[in-house]
Amino acid sequence: MLKVLFFALVVRPFLLVVTGFNVRHRERLPSEGPALVVANHNSHLDTVVLMSLFPATLLPRVRPAAAADYFLKSGPLAWFSRNLIGIIPVTRGGRGAGEDPLAGVSAALRERSIVIFFPEGTRGEPERFKEIRSGIFHLARRHPEVPIVPVFLHGLGKALPKGAFLPVPFFCDVFVSEPLEREAEKEPFLAGLKARFEALRAEGTFPEWK
Amino acid sequence: MNEVLERIPRGPLLYVLLGVLGLLAAAEVLGFVLARARPAKDFSELRARVRSWWFMAGVFMLAIVVSRAVSLVFLGFLSFLALKEYFSLIPTRRADRSVLLWVYLAVPLQYLWVWVDWYGMFIIFIPVYMFILIPVRMVLHGETAGFLQATGTIHWGLMTTVFTLSHMAYLLILPGKGAGGAGLVLFLVLVTQFNDVAQYTWGKLFGRRKVVPTVSPNKTYEGLLGGIATSFVLVYFLAPYLTPLTRNESLVAGFFLPLAGFLGDVSVSAIKRDIGVKDSGALIPGHGGILDRVNSLTFTAPLFFHFLRYLHF
Repeated sequence: MLKVLFFALVVRPFLLVVTGFNVRHRERLPSEGPALVVANHNSHLDTVVLMSLFPATLLPRVRPAAAADYFLKSGPLAWFSRNLIGIIPVTRGGRGAGEDPLAGVSAALRERSIVIFFPEGTRGEPERFKEIRSGIFHLARRHPEVPIVPVFLHGLGKALPKGAFLPVPFFCDVFVSEPLEREAEKEPFLAGLKARFEALRAEGTFPEWK
Repeated sequence: MNEVLERIPRGPLLYVLLGVLGLLAAAEVLGFVLARARPAKDFSELRARVRSWWFMAGVFMLAIVVSRAVSLVFLGFLSFLALKEYFSLIPTRRADRSVLLWVYLAVPLQYLWVWVDWYGMFIIFIPVYMFILIPVRMVLHGETAGFLQATGTIHWGLMTTVFTLSHMAYLLILPGKGAGGAGLVLFLVLVTQFNDVAQYTWGKLFGRRKVVPTVSPNKTYEGLLGGIATSFVLVYFLAPYLTPLTRNESLVAGFFLPLAGFLGDVSVSAIKRDIGVKDSGALIPGHGGILDRVNSLTFTAPLFFHFLRYLHF
């Protein structure tokens, strides 16, 4: 409830003024869970933009996977992350300790959530792609029935790049792809996902930001 | 209740507002009839355009009649959206992120000068002070690669989307003659937008010879001349009704306003072609972005304002 109100009263008006977006192929977004929405990651705004694409009735089921060590570190941020965003904590570097870092994501998918997942792991250089990590491949193999919908985001890395405090208004583009076909092997799978992002980026005209 | 009633425009302003609604209703009926008469052809773009016109005309009319504060906030927001669209289109440098934040602050300031009726500041703030502030802020950052292009494009955007469009706001507060400031703005916007539609329609019907094929292949001499002639008639009859312009002055305005609208339109087209996009955005269904809709106004607003101010204020 708090989350729905927060999006209706704070996030949506804020995004409307500061960014405003051009969504292409909105109809390709999943209309029910479980589903994985995977996007390139350049800005803290990525998460809320993706979440605000879903109708309020679906919003409680839309949950982003986020690094536990960053978002659950301090009190206020942890409260914000848990109650207003509803993150699924992912423990970075937990594999070595014998933990399954993606257990939370799997559980959420079994509860028919729409999970927002950034396969590049962390926010990269603004408006550039980073290497896709293998987490998404393991998730895909574990949940063969869950559709994976790639989304390309552009402009948010300019509006609020890593390390910046004040957002600068920029329109941003959100291009949604058809669900991904899965390759059985890791390398082709990751290459296929990367190709999807690149194909989406090629749909627009984006001057390089340097 | 009385206060609300007092806000309802009377006289010329009311009749012209009603006339605009009538025009839109006629366009709606035409779209419906065309779609019925020729089911094989696709009129969805035409109808999407008309629907967007209803929305834009509704918001605009409300904004100019409710109160001066509402009008200024509305026009300021329009400038802001156009500027944001422009900055999102052009290549900007990473180093200029903070410069852009300063530049955005110029929007509320420019409209503040209008609110306090400080003409001297209004007219030099962007051409002089922002012209100096932008390079100074960039120099402090120290990035010299692409400096000229960055200062040039940023200031050009500020001139186009904020300076020129804010002239519409200044029209609002010119002392009441004719139908008052709201009448002046309504006149300017109605003529400019009507002229866009007239040129488009004439071009669609009879267009053959291209005016500026490399910039905008859809612009033809037939469309341009037909549009100017149609708008000329509109201006000739409407100007003395809504503005202090005399019949003779209206003859001049009737010629240069449609021409300026055309030139503003193709100038923005040239920029889009330079960048390599078709529409400046996707905000308004059937129309493209904000810049696509206000491109003609960026030329007509300041020209009409100064023509009027020189002659009558």
